Amino acid sequence: MTTTTLDTTAEEAGTLDDSKLRSVLGNRVRPDRPGAVSASLTFGWRAMLKIKHVPEQLFDVTMFPIMFTLLFTYLFGGALEGSPTAYIQILAPGILVQTVIFITMYAGMGLNNDIKKGVFDRFRSLPIWRPAPMVGLLLGDAVRFILASLVVLTLSLIIGFRPEGGVIGVVAGIGLTLVFAFSISWIWTLLGLVMRTPEAVLNTAMTILFPVIFASNIFVNPDTMPGWLQTVVDLNPITHLVSAVRGLMGTGAETSDLIWVFASSAALIAIFAPLTMRRYSRL
Amino acid sequence: MSELAIETKGLVKVFGDNRAVDGVDLQITPGMVFGLLGPNGAGKTTTIRMLATLLRPDGGSATVLGHDVVTEADKVRSRVSMTGQYASVDEDLTGTENLVMLARLLGFDKAGAKARAAELLDAFGLGDAADRQIKNYSGGMRRRIDIAASIVVAPDLIFLDEPTTGLDPRSRNQVWNVVRALVADGTTVLLTTQYLDEADQLADRIAVIDHGKVIAEGTSSELKASVGAGALHVRVSGPERAERAEQMLVDSLGGEVIRESDGVSLSARADDPTRVAALLTELSNAGVEVTEFSLGQPSLDEVFLALTGHPVEEETERVDEREEEAVR
Ligand SMILES: Nc1ncnc2c1ncn2[C@@H]1O[C@H](COP(=O)(O)OP(=O)(O)OP(=O)(O)O)[C@@H](O)[C@H]1O
Ligand SMILES: [Mg+2]
Repeated sequence: MTTTTLDTTAEEAGTLDDSKLRSVLGNRVRPDRPGAVSASLTFGWRAMLKIKHVPEQLFDVTMFPIMFTLLFTYLFGGALEGSPTAYIQILAPGILVQTVIFITMYAGMGLNNDIKKGVFDRFRSLPIWRPAPMVGLLLGDAVRFILASLVVLTLSLIIGFRPEGGVIGVVAGIGLTLVFAFSISWIWTLLGLVMRTPEAVLNTAMTILFPVIFASNIFVNPDTMPGWLQTVVDLNPITHLVSAVRGLMGTGAETSDLIWVFASSAALIAIFAPLTMRRYSRL
Repeated sequence: MSELAIETKGLVKVFGDNRAVDGVDLQITPGMVFGLLGPNGAGKTTTIRMLATLLRPDGGSATVLGHDVVTEADKVRSRVSMTGQYASVDEDLTGTENLVMLARLLGFDKAGAKARAAELLDAFGLGDAADRQIKNYSGGMRRRIDIAASIVVAPDLIFLDEPTTGLDPRSRNQVWNVVRALVADGTTVLLTTQYLDEADQLADRIAVIDHGKVIAEGTSSELKASVGAGALHVRVSGPERAERAEQMLVDSLGGEVIRESDGVSLSARADDPTRVAALLTELSNAGVEVTEFSLGQPSLDEVFLALTGHPVEEETERVDEREEEAVR
């Protein structure tokens, strides 16, 4: 009992060793600064460590997709396509896209939290490639995207999803989703830098994402929608992403859909990455 | 090196219509501890953040180690470190993980980073807490890991923003030791503080800053001398005697007399030492028992009062009120 108390006290106070202190200060090793890739990977490693220490954050990545997939398949499957098994063939690629795109928001929240907690001051005062903290954050997100994709995919396969495109088609579909997710994430990094609180980031991102996700072909065939809505749906990059992923996992994607996805991804990065960086250097 | 470690000319930062930093001129020579002293909201953090390239000045110019903070920000970054007012380490990560991450970002290889992290944790007395998440550290431990994080690569110049605010006396002493070790090692230190005794203890030169302006600058003794007078401190044996003594001090010295919160300590400006001697006799004749007496240089508290016309505490309360309003 006594020993424990003593231990804690010693631990709390710690001993600051003057001679050791002088020796660490005297050790003036100044390695060459790391390259862009190395710095980004270090931030990616940080994201992994955070998952390790705060595994609760994976709850959103695993539970929501499971809930959504089951709910939509069994609730709407019969009505929309005659049976849940028939519906999951159409729904699986869509719900995969929806899941991944929704969790892109966390990039903005994470960033906002880092700024609020002051860690970002430290990063910004380092002589490193400037986008590295953001790129590292997104690299860490990629792991969550992949995990969420695997959850949706596994569940869909259990329910009866039978992708004709085989393993290659499925991998290509997930890959394409990741490309778009990585691109749209730059909107949230910008929001993360501009907004005051993580909650504000989340609310704004939700407000943008909800209509974009639902005004698409994820859940239903747009043919039954009013004309104006069809136009909206057709202009929505998510629609083309979903079509392309369905194609890749099925019997082949339309080139036009692929072009839409790559072009909108490039546009998102071209607009929002520089805005993010500009804001970052002027925080 | 004749070059200045830090030089600012008319540095300005405006937030909305609040001139947080309003034309600050500083000249800091290498190897010294320079103290930026001021109450809440004076503009200390804003100044230091501009110098550490974290905030872009709205006016004026600043060079750090000969490099412009705007046009040569990257060069500044590679030679300075900053320990912010609030811990700038990752709360979710352990002490080791934080330091290894920073070492990697500064170019150490994996093995080198681990070795450096271990060495730092050991020197800062955090060896036992190395594998604990920072969120489980005490305030003093946080401060130490934060400073350790700033010297993963020993910088030529370090910014310490209120390094001891909120620490108990023991932890405060430890931080002071670190600062002294840094100076002994030749590092230039720019620290901010609200504690006058801290500036007095550590800083070779002090700039007093209030409402974004430097209102006085010099060594601690210069500042005290600039206030002109010595300070008389008297402690009497009871509150009823303090009343009497206060009146006599006013009559004899003619200036303002401050009664401390304990009710029995008085201090006043004493321009003429011979008056003081006479005053002591008068007090004794009047039956006012003096239990403590000193005539010395004014404390920095008094310097601050003389310079700004308001005591430090008053300002603090005002800012606190404002913050409470902001919360509401
Ligand atoms: N990002 C910001 N946006 C708007 N106003 C700010 C910002 N940062 C600081 N201020 C304002 O600028 C003024 C100076 O603030 P600063 O943080 O530099 O003071 P300080 O001397 O460091 O005070 P403290 O002792 O409380 O840390 C204050 O009035 C503060 O409210
Ligand atoms: Mg401050």
